[in-house]
Amino acid sequence: MPLYRERSSTPVANDGVVPVPLADWLRQRNGSAVSLANTDDADGLQPHVAGLTLITLHFPKFSDGRAYSQARILRERLGYRGELRAVGNVLQDQLPFLLRCGFDSFESEQKGFGEALIKARTLFSVVYQPTKDGRPTASQLRLTGRVMLAAAE
Amino acid sequence: MPDTHFYRYDEYDRRLVAERVEQFRDQVRRRLAGELTEEQFKPLRLTNGLYLQLHAYMLRIAIPYGTLSSRQLRKLAEISRKYDRGYGHFTTRQNLQLHWIKLEQAPDAIAALAEVDMHSIQTSGNCVRNTTADHFAGAAADEIEDPRVWCEIVRQWSTLHPEFSFLPRKFKIAITGSPNDRAAVRVHDIGLRLWRNNDGEAGFEVIVGGGLGRTPMIGKTLREFLPKDELLAYLEATLRVYNRYGRRDNLFKARIKILVHEIGAEKMRKEVEAEYESMKDSALKLSLETIEAIAQQFAPPPLRPKLERVPEVEALKLEDRNFALWLKSNVAPHRVPGHAIVTASLKPAGAPPGDCSAAQMEGVADIADAYSFSEIRVSHEQNLVLPHVALEDLPAVWRALGRLGFAEANVGKITDIIACPGLDYCALANARSIPVAQRISNHFAAIARQHDIGDLKIKISGCINACGHHHVGHIGILGVDKNGVELYQISLGGDVDFGRTALGTILGPAVPADKVVESVDALVATYLEARTDGERFVDTYRRIGVQPFKDRVYAAL
Repeated sequence: MPLYRERSSTPVANDGVVPVPLADWLRQRNGSAVSLANTDDADGLQPHVAGLTLITLHFPKFSDGRAYSQARILRERLGYRGELRAVGNVLQDQLPFLLRCGFDSFESEQKGFGEALIKARTLFSVVYQPTKDGRPTASQLRLTGRVMLAAAE
Repeated sequence: MPDTHFYRYDEYDRRLVAERVEQFRDQVRRRLAGELTEEQFKPLRLTNGLYLQLHAYMLRIAIPYGTLSSRQLRKLAEISRKYDRGYGHFTTRQNLQLHWIKLEQAPDAIAALAEVDMHSIQTSGNCVRNTTADHFAGAAADEIEDPRVWCEIVRQWSTLHPEFSFLPRKFKIAITGSPNDRAAVRVHDIGLRLWRNNDGEAGFEVIVGGGLGRTPMIGKTLREFLPKDELLAYLEATLRVYNRYGRRDNLFKARIKILVHEIGAEKMRKEVEAEYESMKDSALKLSLETIEAIAQQFAPPPLRPKLERVPEVEALKLEDRNFALWLKSNVAPHRVPGHAIVTASLKPAGAPPGDCSAAQMEGVADIADAYSFSEIRVSHEQNLVLPHVALEDLPAVWRALGRLGFAEANVGKITDIIACPGLDYCALANARSIPVAQRISNHFAAIARQHDIGDLKIKISGCINACGHHHVGHIGILGVDKNGVELYQISLGGDVDFGRTALGTILGPAVPADKVVESVDALVATYLEARTDGERFVDTYRRIGVQPFKDRVYAAL
């Protein structure tokens, strides 16, 4: 399955790390790569995230959105900083959402996925929801705008 | 552009909608080029409001909190002429549907909407849908606060939400700011009711897990009082719990009401509160400046109190019975003395409920410019509302609406029927809804008789998905298909009034299409004989029960 990383329009080499399913990993703690089913409780990784380098989240169908919540829990609540990979049925039209939720690598068979990945971050120049992707929301920008206006006066 | 008294897009809103149009244009191009399969394209078109129906594509246009400017309504007329057949259908979610759209023209139609700061984003699909509100918001005499401020805050938060765009199922939020609930908040996925506590502070009662459809349920209160600035954190927490635990194995059990039902309100509350704890002090907390900046845009128009008795109105009342009846049923009290809220009935005798031609849209826009600060509302009862009319202008407004066919004095009466599009358009329907509504409407057309019968809500759905809200009709009518024959199941006693919200009780075996009018007639006759002074149909039903109605209907068949 072709693997893409942010800012790469062509597939990158898969370094061959095979992530261990969560339940097994919690028992054995082998390696630093874990794969979660989308029914797994991401909060269960709370004490361990600092030592992990790769977590894969699964989209059995692109229309099954549970992994978006898992991603935000990992990034925002648990502070996970390693690689967060979307696997399964991953299509280019999900990319703006995936990026905002904190995914930074993607397995996809879809033609044109790499080109779409390059464009996805700028497809929407405005966002309304605060996530940990670092983008200021429209209402934050409005407030700054008003502060700047007030300062100018 | 005339000054509006509701939210105006700024550069951010406008840019996002424009970028969305371009994204959709590219998706349609890829579909037409065969790069996307229909299965892949379907959720993309749905989140842009484009359905594939029996005969053509249908475009569902969002009318946030049911509020429109005259300029926007004129644009809707233009779009319906250019890309459709010159008319549209106002829905129970305060939206407008165009039923004859061509796929290759859909991006242009959506681009035309963007010209007047409108869109069709998330009017379908398994995401947060258009948030609805009391259609009298900002004008009603009984209002605590304008709920549209919060609808707009929810609109922005829910638009292209990165986490909640692929939920188990669709998600509908309604907000009311009045003790008299005109937004049906107990039958939504989330209903929010603004109220004031003993300290005089306004906050939300948060009601979760209500809904109609094939498993109708009344929502449960998860929070009695939520501080207003914590609204988004609480919504995000609720949606996250739903996204994680809502069922995805069975389409018919995927709504949040099933989750709440299966795990119980107590467990649901615990899960939501636990999520909320980790979110409430985050960037989701609304700053006072943000709330104020949006609230300012909903500042009411500058109405000065006027005399409550206008000689011309009093004279016409005596002169013309229809005007007198219209004042009673179609005109509601405004919070500024000397003003009124006027409902334009989109239900003249025999008309399909909610249908409106392009010329009628333009006519209503003209009336709004002349008499209602260029503002129009869409009600979930599929009528249009002129929210700010001076009493002295009522005769002129009545005459002007009459010329459009929208001055029928039947608001809240037996012919003010809610009906879904049904089998005439919809691929899901089992039976037709509109012709049934039309027959009832023609049968009870006499206005004086309608006023004698009094308040009576008939709601018709063409299938168990209940888009016509039949569960909460005083008389509910549900179309079913039995071996290729359209039959109609009748229920009694449904209600959406706050504190009295109830689901109807099924009367008995379904009746054939040609017996629906007779059955309704028998129900009405039973009521007229049994009622006591001032008792509405639904009150009589509650007092005497289903049996007398049932006996009469089935004896007549």
